[in-house]
Amino acid sequence: MSSHQFDIILLASVTAVTCALPGVFLVLRRVSLMSDAISHAILLGIVVAFFFTKSLASPWLIIGAALTGVLTVVLTEMVIQTQKLKKDAAIGLVFPLLFSIGVILLNKYIKDVHLDAGCVLFGEIAFSPFNRLIVNNMDLGPQGLWVISGALLLNIIFITVFYKELKIGTFDVGLAASLGFLPVVLNYALMTLVSITAVASFESVGSILVVALMITPPAAAYLLTNRLSHMIFISAGLGVLSALGGYWMAYVLDASIAGSMATFCGIIFIAVLILAPEKGLLAKFIVRKWKKWIFASETLAVHLLQAEYAHAEDTERVVGHMRDHMLWNDDYTSEAIAQSLKDGIIRKYGNKLSLTAYGREKAKNIISKE
Amino acid sequence: MNVEYLVQLFSDHTMQVVFLGALVLGVTAGSLGAFAVLRQQSLLGDAIAHATLPGVGLAFLIIQNKSPLVLLIGAGLAGWIGTLLIKVITEHTRIQRDTALGITLSVFFGFGLVLITLVQKMPTATKAGLDKFLFGNAATLLVEDVRLMIILSTVIFSILFLLWKEFKILVFDQEYARSIGLNVHFVDIVLTTLIVVSIVIGLQTVGVVLMSAMLVAPAAAARQWTDKLSVMVLISALFGAIAGTAGAITSSTISHLPTGPTIVVYLSIFVMLSLIFAPNRGLLWDWIRGYIQREKIRTTSMLKNLLLFSEIHTDPFHPHDIAALDAIGRGTIQKTMKDLSKKGWAKQFTDKRWALTPTGLEEAKRLTREFEENIYVEPSI
Repeated sequence: MSSHQFDIILLASVTAVTCALPGVFLVLRRVSLMSDAISHAILLGIVVAFFFTKSLASPWLIIGAALTGVLTVVLTEMVIQTQKLKKDAAIGLVFPLLFSIGVILLNKYIKDVHLDAGCVLFGEIAFSPFNRLIVNNMDLGPQGLWVISGALLLNIIFITVFYKELKIGTFDVGLAASLGFLPVVLNYALMTLVSITAVASFESVGSILVVALMITPPAAAYLLTNRLSHMIFISAGLGVLSALGGYWMAYVLDASIAGSMATFCGIIFIAVLILAPEKGLLAKFIVRKWKKWIFASETLAVHLLQAEYAHAEDTERVVGHMRDHMLWNDDYTSEAIAQSLKDGIIRKYGNKLSLTAYGREKAKNIISKE
Repeated sequence: MNVEYLVQLFSDHTMQVVFLGALVLGVTAGSLGAFAVLRQQSLLGDAIAHATLPGVGLAFLIIQNKSPLVLLIGAGLAGWIGTLLIKVITEHTRIQRDTALGITLSVFFGFGLVLITLVQKMPTATKAGLDKFLFGNAATLLVEDVRLMIILSTVIFSILFLLWKEFKILVFDQEYARSIGLNVHFVDIVLTTLIVVSIVIGLQTVGVVLMSAMLVAPAAAARQWTDKLSVMVLISALFGAIAGTAGAITSSTISHLPTGPTIVVYLSIFVMLSLIFAPNRGLLWDWIRGYIQREKIRTTSMLKNLLLFSEIHTDPFHPHDIAALDAIGRGTIQKTMKDLSKKGWAKQFTDKRWALTPTGLEEAKRLTREFEENIYVEPSI
């Protein structure tokens, strides 16, 4: 691996972790699409700041862009508060306008190799390592890496310091407000963090793919755990995995790195969606099938117990009777009986069924529960 | 811009094609956008539009030509798969809808980008081919593109016309729709498919990134002008048509101006004007109504207070000192009293003293009675 490749992988991994951290709270607070809105709208801030500073490295760029991100949130809230439009329409109107103005200004007035419409959308992570930070003739590594590491540090500090506030503010807004946590302030702080993260990632992955890094790993983590702290670490881990897998995929296919990272995020998400224990599609499917037969054998056990109580074993416990009494069809009946035999709930002599001791105990438990 | 220039512009063949394409797109997207906005699915359009990109790339990669039909079929299929994914995620897991939209939007777009970088490496590919699908380039519309757009939008409008009643019930009352035995699931799929197709026909003109605005903005603006679905669809189509054609023509005549963003700026102007000036719903009328209401409360409460003041004296028309009235008039007393005297409810005596007139007394009594009758006192148990 060349040092250039190493730089890209490092940059991609750090970017993925930086994005995943605020992303966890976006997903949990049900405002995932604000990341889309913010990451688009910051272009206007970047273009305007670039207009004045003529440099992509200026800190003013980050400040301007972060301000535009917050402005997007404020404007969207304002439109919602007029009560003329619903939330989704308000989001869908505000950020396209800000983004459009940004794109028009970019196309009309800025002729710069590092800032064009293409890289606005998908970034130029492959070229990022060429842009070195050199202080006193000393090469301190890619400049982008310093910027994104700064954002990562900021995210870590914010989440560590305000962990309790974030946690309660996310899961119980009412409690947070009654404890005096100022939900509005917290929300804007988080949105500012998202804006800064989006700007810092902009050069590498652009405005649309940053959304993939921000919300896809946390969404996958959300299917794997119920604990906030675990979710944060799993998201970060899946983010790094996406970065590594994405780089490998881009290397093999010789395709866009940022695009491959987003694709890999999607692959991981789909895998988790299907395979996650408990919350995955497969697990849910199996549990549903399994529950169906549990229910059937429990029903059968209760029925047999009641037949015993009524001393009507001879008529009630015949296999054929199940069809008439329970309205079960033949297939269902034989499957339910097979399942119950396997679980040791019943015994079968000829076409007569009787409860085992275990089955009787179980049936009594079920009845007493009711 | 003078008339001669416009005439020259419209006699230009390319411009005619661009104009017609944008017109068809604006009308179609505007009409369907009305349904998306009313169903609170504005952002679904954004996700679908982005999700079409891999379809375009894959179609190009497999067929290796830029036949608009093939690209649009690819785009439509990808958009549809994206919609399906959103449905599966939201219906079978605890992940929220907005997260599902965001995942689909960004991951599909990323995959589309991968495919496009592969396409651009192909020896047969002309590099400029697929860029227009990002921000749109109306100037590249060809007669065959527009012909296809017209065919697709004819299909859309035929289905819209046939299933109008079903769509309407679906939008406003899904429970009712279900109760009268409407196959809600099926109607939902048809409507979403129409939205996918309308997005697909706009890809080349507006681009995937901003196509959703083409759906949302005209409808959001139209919503302000009416409460009737049919009228809203018509107004939305009109806004879409005007902004679409204006944006397409502007971007085609000025260099370095991408079509998508230009149309969005025009659309946003419509939205802002509608939010402020639309009769009845507009913010301007809200402010005016609020002002009138405040004025009314100011004068009538003063009138009722005059009545209370008068009850201290035996003579209900006893003139009161303005300074005393000022104590309850909160600084606007002069204006309030003048308003009251204009209505003939109060009159001014010398040395700044004011009194009720007989009609004012009647009005004050009536208001007080009305007020007391309208007070609802919680019955104590």
